[in-house]
This record gives sequence, structure tokens and C-alpha cells, in this order.
Amino acid sequence: MASAAVAAPAKAATRTRTGIPSWVWALPPVAVLGTVFLYPLGLVVQQSFRPDTGGTSARAYADVFASTAFREALGTTVWLALGSTVGCLVLGFVLAVVIAFVPFPGGKAVAKFIDVFLSFPSFLITLALLFVYGTVGMANGLWTGATGAAEGPFQFLTTPWGVLLAEITYFTPFVMRPLLAAFSGIDTGQLEVASSLGARPARIVRQIVLPEALPALAAGGSLVLVLCLNEFGIVLFTGAKGVTTLPMLVYGKAILESDYPGACVVAVVNISISVGFYGLYRVVSRRVGA
Amino acid sequence: MSSGLRFDRVSVAYGGTTVLDSLDLTVEPGEVMALLGPSGSGKTTALRAVAGFVRPAAGRVFIGDRDVTGLPPHRRGIGMVVQQYALFPHMRVEDNVAFGLKAQKAPKDEIRGRVAEALEMTGMAAYARRHPRELSGGQQQRVAIARALAIRPGVLLLDEPLSALDARLRSGMLSELARLHRELPHVSILYVTHDQVEALTLADRIAVMDKARLQDVGTPRELYRAPRTEFTASFVGNANLLPVTVGSGGVDFSGTELKVPTRDAARGTTATLCVRPHLVGLGAGPNALTGSVIEVQWRGATHRLYIEVAGHRVMADLRELRQPPALGDEITVHFGPEDAVLLSAGVTPERSAPVAVRETVGAADQGSRDG
Ligand SMILES: Nc1ncnc2c1ncn2[C@@H]1O[C@H](COP(=O)(O)OP(=O)(O)OP(=O)(O)O)[C@@H](O)[C@H]1O
Ligand SMILES: [Mg+2]
Repeated sequence: MASAAVAAPAKAATRTRTGIPSWVWALPPVAVLGTVFLYPLGLVVQQSFRPDTGGTSARAYADVFASTAFREALGTTVWLALGSTVGCLVLGFVLAVVIAFVPFPGGKAVAKFIDVFLSFPSFLITLALLFVYGTVGMANGLWTGATGAAEGPFQFLTTPWGVLLAEITYFTPFVMRPLLAAFSGIDTGQLEVASSLGARPARIVRQIVLPEALPALAAGGSLVLVLCLNEFGIVLFTGAKGVTTLPMLVYGKAILESDYPGACVVAVVNISISVGFYGLYRVVSRRVGA
Repeated sequence: MSSGLRFDRVSVAYGGTTVLDSLDLTVEPGEVMALLGPSGSGKTTALRAVAGFVRPAAGRVFIGDRDVTGLPPHRRGIGMVVQQYALFPHMRVEDNVAFGLKAQKAPKDEIRGRVAEALEMTGMAAYARRHPRELSGGQQQRVAIARALAIRPGVLLLDEPLSALDARLRSGMLSELARLHRELPHVSILYVTHDQVEALTLADRIAVMDKARLQDVGTPRELYRAPRTEFTASFVGNANLLPVTVGSGGVDFSGTELKVPTRDAARGTTATLCVRPHLVGLGAGPNALTGSVIEVQWRGATHRLYIEVAGHRVMADLRELRQPPALGDEITVHFGPEDAVLLSAGVTPERSAPVAVRETVGAADQGSRDG
């Protein structure tokens, strides 16, 4: 039995050596990656250097960088993404700790629901928030019904805070998922020994659970950060007039203004920021890990 | 702080199944109590009830005079060591040991001294700056013990602390634990094990558990020399258990008259005679039994013979024989009257008659285990 198990990979390797060279196997994925991803990306970059007037120039970049709309959108995008990420990390950690370590009826079902939640489209959450906090939503409806006022007090949904709330609501499960996986790997013996040594739950979470969860937090956090930088549906659906993020700007320039070079410039900037943050995360996490 | 420990009719149930059935047990201050029993007998459950990780369905747990039944684990002041060490992986050895002191908000300068002391005591001072993953299993277990001792608990709970170690390391750690206890004479230790050698070596008293119940409590000597039940006899050491009928001044074993103390057993009742294999001698003598050899095992220092006597197997551990008997040989063995114990009749009525030898699983003789 053991010899058969050893022989099988050896045979496969021989076939590869005598038949098709192994780099051939890399061709299909590279081809797919090239046609569906790299080629359009290349087109976007190329287009950003092709003004409508013809020729090749970086004019579009100069124009876009000079516009206040772009700079505001850049700022809004980054602070919304960072804010949402921090919010998701804090909220996700607290919820995951409760689900993993506090026995309550239905805890298993909640953990399962997290998985389902991940498959929801982002605008669904926004719609739900609209129903609750929107201008004619339930909360305001209750208020106007009770007080007879013309308007309810909840008008934050079309401000950046509304976007922040929606993003935190939608992306928190993306943090919880890896956290719950990490928590299930923690030896309960450690938690029990810690408490028998006199540690209260808060100290156990801080000193035993949190250090074990750091890699999962980093993974979830960087995922959420990149997703938030590129989030479009939530921003569009909250209908926030004052909130323009980079993806919204791309949409506006390309579809509404037919300014393709401008749209491509913003897209290139957006991509660079995503890749840049991701690279930063990799560097930092490697530093910390070493 | 010397405190002692007391179970007062403690019962624990998981989903309707009673896994600990009104346990009454007292561990005196400074005493080492071994909880010995087969797997699933409720030993760990009893220990977890003391530490506060399971809530008894009934009964109270006392540490010293304090009723701790309702207290959360972190307010009980107990040192605990578990089978899989459970060291905190991202903390250095010294931080692992300091954890309890920091949790109890001990003064900073005091922490350093007590950590050093605990590491010194367990021989791990040289490893203070290492991480747990850089230690061997035995070293990790020492750190786990140092961590438990650093908070100077009145009660130390050990749940099979040596079972993850190999045999040689285990006997080394066993003497270490005995030394530690001599150095800390006020600490009460509850030591869970299913290994009779550990229990006999370390414990002042042994509590034998089976099927969620406490079967027997006594000093190792009492339980070994004069077990009260067949279960104790077979679990604490090996035993020949012979079905006999009580006569006057002796018993009848399949037609052979044996002179043994019958104490107050009534004539004519059936009972079980317990004879330790190593107290059986070769050749004629008092209480001689003759039969044919059905198995010979050489165990280095000893020979173990299985002899069929009147349809029952009798085990004899003899000092290594120059010329061991061959299979099928007729031989005679004997035992002294004072070396046999008559177990009260009808203790385990479900036992089938012809099984005369019972060996404990996992309780192989000391010779082969400790090398
Ligand atoms: N959390 C639990 N839920 C349900 N049943 C449990 C739980 N913990 C233990 N049990 C059951 O309780 C019984 C006693 O378990 P316990 O751990 O006390 O045994 P033990 O004597 O320590 O055995 P071992 O020597 O194998 O460690 C077992 O039958 C076990 O299946
Ligand atoms: Mg156990």
C-alpha cells in the first residue's frame, strides 16, 4: 500500500518529464488571466494617456489632479475605507468573541447565518437601512407619527456617516469569518487555565484570545479595506449626494460626462491605492511576523 | 495558605446522564489525593467541579472552609495543570509563569522574584526567555507546573499531567513531583490519573472511581494490601481473584482447602479470594495449588506463569527462573495465609464465575514500564 502511494506521484512526474513540459500547464491560467483581467487593465491605463483630442499625453492626469472634485473624492474614499475597516474590526472582533465563547441558545445558527450573509449583495443592506433610517423609513415614520413633526430626526443616511454605517454593517461578517475560524483553533484548556490563575474574561480576551486572533484580524481587515476602497453599490444606493468616492467619480465621468480618459485616470488612481494598501499590509505583516 | 478541599455529595450531570454521583471526599491540607479510575469514570469531571468549570447539579465544593460552589473560576485561587500543558503560545516562559501573578495584580517587584522562584523549583530557570514551541514536552510540562505554583495556590489540581510524556520521562517527572510536594508541604494536591504506578508512588491516599462513583478510599498500602472490592483489587495492582466458598477457618476453592483469615464472613457463603501474583511462590508450602502451565512470559526481572488450577487461571510473578517450566508441565505453587484477602461476597454479583484472573488495562507491571 505504501509503495503504491509513493509510486503514483513518481509516475506522474515521469510522464510530465517525458511528455509535455511542465510550463505548458501554466499557459491556460495565464491566458485566462490575461484576456479577462490584464488586457482590460492595460486598456484602461492606455486610455488614460489618450486624450479625446488625439495623440499621447498626460494631460488627463494634470486635469484630474487639479480638480477639487477629484481631491475631495480621494479624501472621502480613503477616510471612509479606513473608518469602515476600523469599525468592522472592532465590531467583528466583539461579535466573534461573543459567538465563539459565550454559550447562548442559537449561537450555532448565528455563526451559520454569517456565512449566508457573506453571499448577500451589498445594496441589500443599504436598502434595509433605507427602510429603517431613510427619510420615509420606519424610524422617522415612528417619530413623525408620535410627535406630529414634519420630518424625522434621522437624516444621516445620505451623509458620509450613512455610507460608513452601511459599509460597517455589510463588511463586518468579512472580518468575523476568519476570526471565528481562528477562535475555533484556540485550545479551551488555555482559557480555562488562564481563568483558574485568576484572570477575568476581559484579561483573557486581551492577553490570550487577541494575540491568537491577530493574523485573522489582519487578513479580514485588509480584505475589508480593499473592498471598501472599491465599493460602489453601497455609495450609489444610499443616494448620498455629498458623498463622492473614486468609483463614483469613475462612473460619473465615464457614463454621465463621457470623459473616458478622465474616468480611466481616476480608475488607475483607485487601483494604485488598492494595490498600494495591499502591498503596505504585506510588508507590515511580514515585519510583524518576522 | 493551607486549605484542603472537600466534596460534599457532589453530583454532576451532562444532559441527563450522571457522570459524577454524589461524591463525598476530603483532601486534607497538604495531602496528595490521587483520583484513580478507568477512562470515563468521572475523574476529570470531579476536578473540573473544583476548578469551577462545571456546575454541580447537587452538592457543595469547599476549599478550606470556603464554599466555592457558586464562585467563578478566577476567584477560587487554584493552581491547575492539564494533560496538554496549555501554555500560552505567544508568551515567553517567564510571561507564562507571571500570568497568574499579573492577573492577581501582585506588585511588580514581587512578580519577578516569584517567577524566578517557580522556575528555579521546576528546574526551568535557564529557559525563561524561550517560547513554549522551543521546548520539549517534558520541559513544557515543567513550565505548566511552575505557572500553577507561582500563584502559591492552596490547592493544586493535576489532570493526568504525565500522560503525554514517554515512560522514562514520566518516572523522572514522578520523582520531581514528589520532591516538589516535599518542598511545598502545605499544598493540597488532587492528582487525576488512570495509572496505578503514579497513584501508588505519589499519593498519600487514593480514591478509586468507577462508573461515576467513588468505589474506595484509602492509603496506597491499605488499598493494595487489603482491598475491599474486586474492582479495587484489580485496579490497584494486579490480582488473582478466585471464587471460593467460606468454610471454618479457611475457604474452599474448587475442592482445595485453603487456610486464610475469613474475618467475619459467614460459613457457606461464596466470596472472592484476592492473591497478589508476586506473593505466589513456586513449590509446595501452605495453601498449595497444583495445575498445568498454560503460559510463560519472561519479563526480564520476573517470569510470569499462568497456571490452570481446576479450570481457573492463576497468575504467579516469580523472580527470574533459571529453568522456567515448559507449557503443559504440572507445577505446584503456594501462598502464605497472611498474603490473601477475602473480599466480601456479592460485591459484584454480575461477574461471571470462571474468570479468575483480571488484569487492569494499561496497568502493566512496574518492571516493564519503568525500564
Ligand atoms: N462536556 C461534556 N458533555 C457531555 N458529556 C461529557 C462532557 N465531559 C465529559 N462527559 C462525559 O462524562 C463522563 C466522565 O468524563 P470524565 O472526563 O470525567 O472522565 P475521566 O474519568 O476523566 O476519563 P479519562 O481517564 O478518559 O480522562 C464520560 O462518560 C464523558 O463522556
Ligand atoms: Mg480525564
